[in-house]
Amino acid sequence: MTSAAQNRRQMFLRILSRPLLVRRGRTLTALVAVVVAASVATATLNLYTDVQAKLRREFRSYGANIVITGKDGSSLPSGALPRVDAALGARGIAAPFAFVVARTSSGDPVVVAGTDFDRVRKLDSWWSVTAWPVSSGQALLGKRAHQSLTPKGEPIDLTFQGHKLRATPAGVLSTGGNEDSRVYLSLDDFTRWTGLAPSTIEVAVAGSPAEIRSMIGTLASALPEADVQPVRQMVEAEARVLDKTRATLFASTALIILTAALCMLATLTASVFDRRKDFAVMRALGASQRTVSALFAAEAAGIGLAGAVLGFALGLGIAAWIGRANFHASVSPRWGIFPEVLVGSMLLALLAALMPISMLRKVQPAVILRGE
Amino acid sequence: MFPRLVYQSFRRQRRRKLLAGIAITLGVAVATAMIAVAADIGDKINRELRTFGANIIVYPDTDTLDVEIGGVNLKPPADGAYLNQADLPAIKGTFWRHNIVGFAPFLPVTTNASLAGDTQQVELVGTWFAHPFRYGTDNFSTGVRATNPWWKVEGAWPSDDASDVLVGEALAARTGTRAGDTIKVAGRELKVAGILSAGPAENQQIVAPLHLAQELAGRPDAVRRVMVSALTKPEDALAHRAALAADPQKALSPELYDRWYCSPYVSSIAYQLTEAIPHSRAEQIRQVAQNEGVVLARIKGLMLLVTLAALLASALAVSAAMATAIFERRHEVGLMKALGAGNLSVAALFFTEAGLLALIGGTAGFVIGIALAEQISKWIFGARVTVEPVLFPVVLAVAVLVTFAGSAASIRRAMHFSPAIVLRGDA
Repeated sequence: MTSAAQNRRQMFLRILSRPLLVRRGRTLTALVAVVVAASVATATLNLYTDVQAKLRREFRSYGANIVITGKDGSSLPSGALPRVDAALGARGIAAPFAFVVARTSSGDPVVVAGTDFDRVRKLDSWWSVTAWPVSSGQALLGKRAHQSLTPKGEPIDLTFQGHKLRATPAGVLSTGGNEDSRVYLSLDDFTRWTGLAPSTIEVAVAGSPAEIRSMIGTLASALPEADVQPVRQMVEAEARVLDKTRATLFASTALIILTAALCMLATLTASVFDRRKDFAVMRALGASQRTVSALFAAEAAGIGLAGAVLGFALGLGIAAWIGRANFHASVSPRWGIFPEVLVGSMLLALLAALMPISMLRKVQPAVILRGE
Repeated sequence: MFPRLVYQSFRRQRRRKLLAGIAITLGVAVATAMIAVAADIGDKINRELRTFGANIIVYPDTDTLDVEIGGVNLKPPADGAYLNQADLPAIKGTFWRHNIVGFAPFLPVTTNASLAGDTQQVELVGTWFAHPFRYGTDNFSTGVRATNPWWKVEGAWPSDDASDVLVGEALAARTGTRAGDTIKVAGRELKVAGILSAGPAENQQIVAPLHLAQELAGRPDAVRRVMVSALTKPEDALAHRAALAADPQKALSPELYDRWYCSPYVSSIAYQLTEAIPHSRAEQIRQVAQNEGVVLARIKGLMLLVTLAALLASALAVSAAMATAIFERRHEVGLMKALGAGNLSVAALFFTEAGLLALIGGTAGFVIGIALAEQISKWIFGARVTVEPVLFPVVLAVAVLVTFAGSAASIRRAMHFSPAIVLRGDA
């Protein structure tokens, strides 16, 4: 009895494995269909989940999305910047600003700002600057301030509450915003001259709206003496563009996966249908309906499994290539979608195998063998 | 004989032809929808990016420096120059007028206001909300509601010809003002139509119709600056060269200058605004203008690559369907060859059939694909998709090519079968 069961199992495995070797062409076609479907699904799903993080990073080039100001226009407490940096960690960048209205030598008012140039360069990447100040006593002049105060680039004299300061223009800044009318000094020069500390810290944080909200909460509790506000203009616009992009990508992903799945289904069904004579011979030789179904199902599951594994690896490669080509950054592989791809591939493969079988079982083997 | 063979093949093998045809239709539909959506996405996202606000500012040529900290204007009221409100409709007469989504003039006035019995100095800004105007024979309407879509109003937006105002939310919270209250500004009683939630500067201000600010300032028709929101093309090397030059007309060769002038770069639109409004200077707001190019390029690139993936998937679907369809007909090939047909006539028959299928399936797929693209566009962007008519012949040609390529390998194999073996049923 044991040997009979053993024989049967051996026979089953033999019938299962022989066609794979003998009819390599057909097996390969079916496998290719599964691999294509699985890889396309993997690549698009991987991109779909990763692309938001990538785009959020691009949006941070728009600059600050959180602004911290002293309550009622007063200066921020000393040590505010290190506290903000500690709260931010590696998730964002902050730059301090201090402002006064000073008088030029001709008595005209001009806004003078003190800031940390290294931080501003990272935060406000759109600033177009001819040359950044490198040493103490140098100033960055807005385009309009440059034209109106010192078109030839001579040093300018500034007076604030009786204190005088002479600054040498290092470069010209153009932004098209308020910055064009201002004179920027390093924070050290500014504080030594006016005795004032920064009144504003601009913060750029990458993340989802919920993450930004929680960061605002963290910053507010780190600096209870300040107002922490989101820059609505940035936050809303970013959310809108991201939503639309994500929706488009979702629609595309759905379309692509659907096409790939239908292609796979059609190819596998055709290849099983093609083997109706094998089916009829087995039935005619006395194999039970269950054995034959199990045979075809096992074969389909095997192809589904192999195709899913190969397709998953290929899909990760495609996603990584798209990430490199478009965002110049690697797309981190999402191993979490592997079970979905695997189960999806095997289910579709089983469906593709069992559908034609259930159609064929209603037909007499003799009719099939006669070729009708 | 040949047309009859093709005709009978379509008539007798309807199921097989239908399956292959469906595969081609599906593949072409998905490819068409993806191409249509991807080709259009730049324009659609560009419009969404306008949510970031104006990307061009126009101010008087001879203006003195702005003296403004944290949105509070500290400039002496007598200082500076103004633009003339009557010149503004000319913005709609510039070359790229259709790319200008909207514009809004601003005139700030520092004044004494009494809110809920509490008198203080506040900044009142006059602007257009959705102001109707005429240029040539066309009627337009524009204002902050088009340029600053992130402005939210609790209550109602005021009308541009009435004297109702908006009060910034921070100012309203400090004074306890609510929508529907009456406030006193420079001796005039004004109704508060709504409470405005916008940026930190506007939240401290009163925003009023432009004519009211002009009356309070005693300067009819004056405008301090105009914010323009325009759809632009990301800058390239030519735009950078033009931007570096003080006068692009002199710095560029006439041919390059024409190309620059007739491209919707932010710099060329700004240049045309300077031409259209006398005594003005237009500058790009770099924070908005420079960054939208980057974001746009990334999203367009992404969609291009995803479209390539879709094209690949549909090409493989079509190829696989054709390969199966021909493999199933190897008996027919055997019979034809046994009756004396040459390889050439067998291949011609299969290719003709494949071509016909591709044309029929391709046309149906194109129609379905366009409908699909329309649906996607309506669902996501609430707008129609624009389809270039040239897409149709291109899609058909690609469908025929892919079908041929998919069939070629199978046809070759079918021709190499020995008729006797095939007919015996051993292949």
